[in-house]
Amino acid sequence: MSGLDLALRATTPVPLDLALTVAPGEILALIGRSGAGKSSILKAIAGLLPGGSGHIRVNGESWFDSDAGIRLSPHRRRLGYLFQNYALFPHKTALENVMAAAPDETAARRLLAAVQLGDLKNRRPAQLSGGQQQRVALARALAREPRLLLLDEPFSAVDRPTRRALAQTIRDLRASLDMPVILVTHDIEDAAHLADRIAILEAGRIVQCGPTAEVIARPASELVRDLVA
Amino acid sequence: MDWQALALSLRLGLFTVLLLLPPAILLGRWLAVTSWRGKPFIEALVVLPLVLPPTVLGFYLLAAMGPHSPVGQLWTQLFGQGLAFSFPGILAASILVNIPFAVQPAQRAFEAVGQDLRHAAATCGLSPLASFRQIELPLAAPGILTGAVLAFAHTLGEFGVVLMVGGAIPGETKTLALSIYDRVQALDNAAAASMSALLLAISLTAVALTFALSRKRPNVGA
Repeated sequence: MSGLDLALRATTPVPLDLALTVAPGEILALIGRSGAGKSSILKAIAGLLPGGSGHIRVNGESWFDSDAGIRLSPHRRRLGYLFQNYALFPHKTALENVMAAAPDETAARRLLAAVQLGDLKNRRPAQLSGGQQQRVALARALAREPRLLLLDEPFSAVDRPTRRALAQTIRDLRASLDMPVILVTHDIEDAAHLADRIAILEAGRIVQCGPTAEVIARPASELVRDLVA
Repeated sequence: MDWQALALSLRLGLFTVLLLLPPAILLGRWLAVTSWRGKPFIEALVVLPLVLPPTVLGFYLLAAMGPHSPVGQLWTQLFGQGLAFSFPGILAASILVNIPFAVQPAQRAFEAVGQDLRHAAATCGLSPLASFRQIELPLAAPGILTGAVLAFAHTLGEFGVVLMVGGAIPGETKTLALSIYDRVQALDNAAAASMSALLLAISLTAVALTFALSRKRPNVGA
């Protein structure tokens, strides 16, 4: 199948036991309390967590299959990952950060222009505001022409106007993003603005999953009600 | 001033740093990222030369390099001369003694790089080697340089181990520190004073350089 198809079971560092699919072009928001395993799922998909069992397939390509003994190295999994704290390389300029993942400089320049940072390409992360760093990180996540995009709390460290601007950028880019997107957030507002579907996570398990409007309108439990309130 | 001893000390310091730095970088990096349960034991081994009396370390090294030891015999077979009381002998001793000075700053520097940047490099498609070269090494460079400077300065001042392993053969194993001791024994205080002042200046410069490097952060400024 095209898109993401995963089933994961793990006991450390946090327990995970879930299965989900995300279609190309679809944005799935993972929502849960702190420690529910949201970021761990992204790390597991990226191959950054050891151990576990199950499978991860992207567009039919097997990245991980414990039964078949397949475990692709993280750098061989073609994905874009926007880290919570951006994780920009501090000794590199904005352009060099994007070039670390881009096939060539032209592509990196084009992406920086797409996130409205063409004029600041020669600045290092320490010389950029939080919102600008976030945009560089988004451009870098897209630079590898990924098959899958993982966004880990992308709005957590910026103020409201910057959040709105980045959300708009993601919405604008979405038309050209023909890949599954997983958005980890603890904010239902972000999910409501961006996501097609929401999966509510508790202790590494999905307790409710469905179209965004439906989950918000009909929470299946008190926990979900609290999270989508 | 014993110029021959000064030249020997500088040569010893330079070779020590050149030979010690590559394995120190690799060991420091490994210690920074490994979660192996035997890590504290390796860290203790790394620090051991700092806490062992130089004479104890020197005694063991002398025994290990002696003509009846496997290492000493192999060395003699390969190079036709003994390892103890030779420049290669004090070089080997100097490298061992300086392991903590080179490894610990490198380890701290790689620890400071952080897991997030390693993960970010991997998700950018950088192989572990490319990530090490392009991301980790440049960021850890100030710490690694600090270790190199400390090891160099410490080598110039090393006394006990060098004396035990090398004796004080002029031009071969008699370093500046040993020459100072020799001059004091001969009541030549003027020569001892000038050489001591030189070592003091070198040590002070090295420590100042270390502080300057530790303040240098690659993420600050253009």
